Amino acid sequence: MSAKPKLYYFNGRGKMESIRWLLAAAGVEFEEEFLESRDQYEKLLQGGSLLFQQVPMVEIDGMRMVQTRAILSYIAAKYNLYGKDLKERALIDMYVGGTDDLMGFIMMFPFLSAEDKEKQHALIVERATSRYFPVYEKVLKDHGQDFLVGNNFSWADVHLLEAILMVEEKKSDVLSGFPQLQAFKARISSIPAIKKFLEPGSQRKPVPDDKYVETVRRVLRMYYDLKAN
Amino acid sequence: MSGKPRLTYLNGRGRMESIRWLLAAAGVEFEEVYLETKEQYDKLIKDGFLLFQQVPLVEIDGMKMVQTRAIMSYIAGKYNLYGKDLKERALIDMYVEGISDLMQMILMFPFSPPDAKEKNLESIKERATNRYFPVFEKVLKQHGQDFLVGNKFSWADVQLIEAILAVEEKVPDVLSGFPQLQVFKTKMSKMPTIKKFLQPGSPRKPPPDAHYVETVLKVFKK
Repeated sequence: MSAKPKLYYFNGRGKMESIRWLLAAAGVEFEEEFLESRDQYEKLLQGGSLLFQQVPMVEIDGMRMVQTRAILSYIAAKYNLYGKDLKERALIDMYVGGTDDLMGFIMMFPFLSAEDKEKQHALIVERATSRYFPVYEKVLKDHGQDFLVGNNFSWADVHLLEAILMVEEKKSDVLSGFPQLQAFKARISSIPAIKKFLEPGSQRKPVPDDKYVETVRRVLRMYYDLKAN
Repeated sequence: MSGKPRLTYLNGRGRMESIRWLLAAAGVEFEEVYLETKEQYDKLIKDGFLLFQQVPLVEIDGMKMVQTRAIMSYIAGKYNLYGKDLKERALIDMYVEGISDLMQMILMFPFSPPDAKEKNLESIKERATNRYFPVFEKVLKQHGQDFLVGNKFSWADVQLIEAILAVEEKVPDVLSGFPQLQVFKTKMSKMPTIKKFLQPGSPRKPPPDAHYVETVLKVFKK
């Protein structure tokens, strides 16, 4: 068994992408096993490796971790990306909660009906520009530091960059009213581990396409559309 | 200004209830402000109290905390309900997140359309009995200890007892196939802080009724 963490998920972003980002940002190499068939998924289930019958699942340090938030918290703490004390941790948790909610809208997007997709697109842009981005813009402006929390690179910075890039894929000029975030994006993207992750050939996954949606639906037998918010 | 945490939410369970449970279990007294009108809510936003324009809001230790999970992680960390090391923390997080998925179904239930209620109730019962409760039954059986993680009372235990009681309100015999959970429920209910929280007059809120649903829709109306 390799010492590298091993990720079990579909060959696409979904709930695993934030985990890939965080491991990459921490400079941690990882392996991946991609779910492609229902049989593979059922085999994982029968083998008892999925605590709540769900993926993401990450084998790390002798544990079979499930639940995205639990996995991310563990990685953040292990690799010192979780602040220096309880209060910094609280700030990081709050900020990540916000970007998580925003990315949640984007994550469900490919699984919505055509009609709901249009509404959801508008919602994503509205939420990004009126609820979430202004908060981080202000945080950065108020303290004038390079990173969101405690003048130190943390999980919150990785998560925010991921969210910015995802929203930009939906509306390329979405940062036009946010000069601090533009500078933040440039700064964090140039951190060596992140720069590497943003280059072709990394384990970063592309925007979900029809093949990805079809695979998820088939493996999970999820043949209904999600309901938009 | 008192030293007690102050909770701002509607006068009902919703997303704040798990926070009330955790503070109570930790033996921490708290104050509550209830949102009853849209105007109150709009004012909170205008005054900059709500980081992402949402409640729950918990004022604690000089912070205006939002985001339910962030708040609970802070409370668990502060009051030693988060295990002794990173690995115990990981277990607690996994258990809490799983239970939270089940609680989410219960949270959304009062807001489901009338023709979907029966199906949603069935889903809650199915998930509780086939996905979530078997996990904790097995955990308790395998280590034979009183608490879920590290032989010590933690956030995971509080979250589980809350979930058991919430599901039982909807499916009274749901624990019939889970002897370990029945024992767990009894043991947790007897712990002094939890026992106190389960008594009438505590800050524990009743199951959501039509008035609660109406208030939610009114306060958060766009």
